[in-house]
Amino acid sequence: MRALKLSKKDEIKLYDVLKEFGEVWAPVPKGSKYVYGKIEKKEDLVIHEECILPIIPVKKFLMPPDFTMLKFTPSKYSIPEEDIPTTVVVGVPACDIHAVNILDKFYTTDYVDNYYMKRRERLIIIGKSGTPRENCFCHKSNTSIVEEGYDLFFFDLGDYYLVWVGSEKGDDIVRKGADIFSEEVPKDVSKKFVEFRRNRNKSYINDVDLEGVTDLMELMYDAPFWDEFGEKCLSCGQCTMVCPTCTCFNVIDDLALSGETGERRRYWDSCMFKDYSLVAGQHNFRESKAERLKLWYTHKLKAFIGHFGSPSCVGCGRCIETCPVDINVVTVVEKMKG
Amino acid sequence: MKYEYQKEPELYTPIMMRIISKRDLTSDVRFFQAVPKEEYKHLNLDYKPGQFMMLSVYGSGEAPFSISSSPTRKGIFEFAIRKTGKLTNKIFELKDGDQLGLRGPFGNGFPIEKMLGKDIIIVAGGLGAAPLRSLLLYILDNRELFGRLIYLYGARNIDDMLYKPDFTEMLQSDQLELHLTVDKGNEGYENEIEEGLVTHLFKYVSDIDPKNTIACVCGPPVMYKSVVKEILKYKLEKDKILLNLERRMKCGTGKCGHCIIDYRYTCIDGPVFTYWDVIHMRELI
Repeated sequence: MRALKLSKKDEIKLYDVLKEFGEVWAPVPKGSKYVYGKIEKKEDLVIHEECILPIIPVKKFLMPPDFTMLKFTPSKYSIPEEDIPTTVVVGVPACDIHAVNILDKFYTTDYVDNYYMKRRERLIIIGKSGTPRENCFCHKSNTSIVEEGYDLFFFDLGDYYLVWVGSEKGDDIVRKGADIFSEEVPKDVSKKFVEFRRNRNKSYINDVDLEGVTDLMELMYDAPFWDEFGEKCLSCGQCTMVCPTCTCFNVIDDLALSGETGERRRYWDSCMFKDYSLVAGQHNFRESKAERLKLWYTHKLKAFIGHFGSPSCVGCGRCIETCPVDINVVTVVEKMKG
Repeated sequence: MKYEYQKEPELYTPIMMRIISKRDLTSDVRFFQAVPKEEYKHLNLDYKPGQFMMLSVYGSGEAPFSISSSPTRKGIFEFAIRKTGKLTNKIFELKDGDQLGLRGPFGNGFPIEKMLGKDIIIVAGGLGAAPLRSLLLYILDNRELFGRLIYLYGARNIDDMLYKPDFTEMLQSDQLELHLTVDKGNEGYENEIEEGLVTHLFKYVSDIDPKNTIACVCGPPVMYKSVVKEILKYKLEKDKILLNLERRMKCGTGKCGHCIIDYRYTCIDGPVFTYWDVIHMRELI
């Protein structure tokens, strides 16, 4: 892997290089939070010092919240022609890149999902390591650094960025921007890099202890605190919408007024919704909110390991920020640990 | 990342079938026969007993249905469908010649290769007779490849029993040991059909060689525990008891999430699970 230097005085030229490759998206402010927004002017492309976790993570580029899977007539189903633009998303934190790696595994295991693949091939990820925020706990979930899944990855080392090249696409970008990406990395880079990492590791505020949670999920499965959480839970599903590794979807047919054509849509679903496990004859396999909460936490902290070898919580802390009644990885783990 | 794209048929794009015949099995369960339209005849649509397919009617969505036909009788796909919601209401409106979308087959199905040469106990409850019909016909069509065949079927009442004429006729057959029961009210069928829960039919099941027997169960969720308890009395090993389960599904490919149980997807790792799976996975039955 190569590492290059991008001087901060050249940062303003980055947008013009990136837009050669596709639409440029980056965190933009929305109220007191951030969302991924399309960047139209070079001065709007801001690389933030701290980790920015937009409300909806990178998954929105890969599995749109609602899209048309198929068009149909009474005698044919067909995949709609669609023009998926190449998207360069800038400023993605390490935890969210881990999440994309998890999605990659998920969507290519057993059956390969072409809707995901078409978008994944057209997504260029430019990562950025920043100062952790109040709720971040990626240092506890082993996702604070990332070794694959990005095209470029930036570290802020004072008056320049150290830029790791992680893919062929990333290599194309630094070649295209040869006048701003320099091979001449300062001699003291390793010292500065170690210092950056050390300072970053010291600046975490959230110290939730995830040690042994996989076993605790098993041991505490029937503990009464699940019912207490169940009573509080609003079944709003916000935790699943903001979670970077939540993938569940529902499928519905929309029939046009003519009654002769229509669309089959795929849209985000949530295991917190009451009808999630409802089958014909009104039998509901997960009637209570406590059962549905247990499903989610089992899947995040334990079950995913059985399937893919690692938990599917990447420590971004979005559920902490989002849940209106304080049900999140931290409060659940605290209860499990008594 | 670079991937191998899934070749045709596309994973989520149904192919079209034509309904060629249908008949009512009960007041709310109808039996459909369908064949792929000409342009899909070249596709390999082979399947195993216990697998399921995703059926679509344009504008009314898609849902999983177990296959009632046997792969030994190629070309025609059969389904026994209960009228219970928006999609199945639409399916009931279909006339002969009308079109139906189909994807699949999906799921693991019964492990036929491990069942060869074995004695087979089949226990069906209610609509569970639909997927188990595929297995039953498969065994009957390959009768010499299997040992004893014991079939126990329980329905709620006489009117709710699927394939009643076929089953009552099969009572005379020397190909299988068949026992039928209804929860309540066997008037008019006292000689053929018992009264009582399906578990009550185990009194007819004797001389079981636990080393050489596999049990296959499918029925409503409430049935599994009591039936498994009876089967365990014959000292069958836990992985020789196979349960065909039902869950909500929107894809059949392990992606939509609805059918997940612990880390397994009913559509990929099931719908046939062993009793060993059941004791190691919560929520299974």
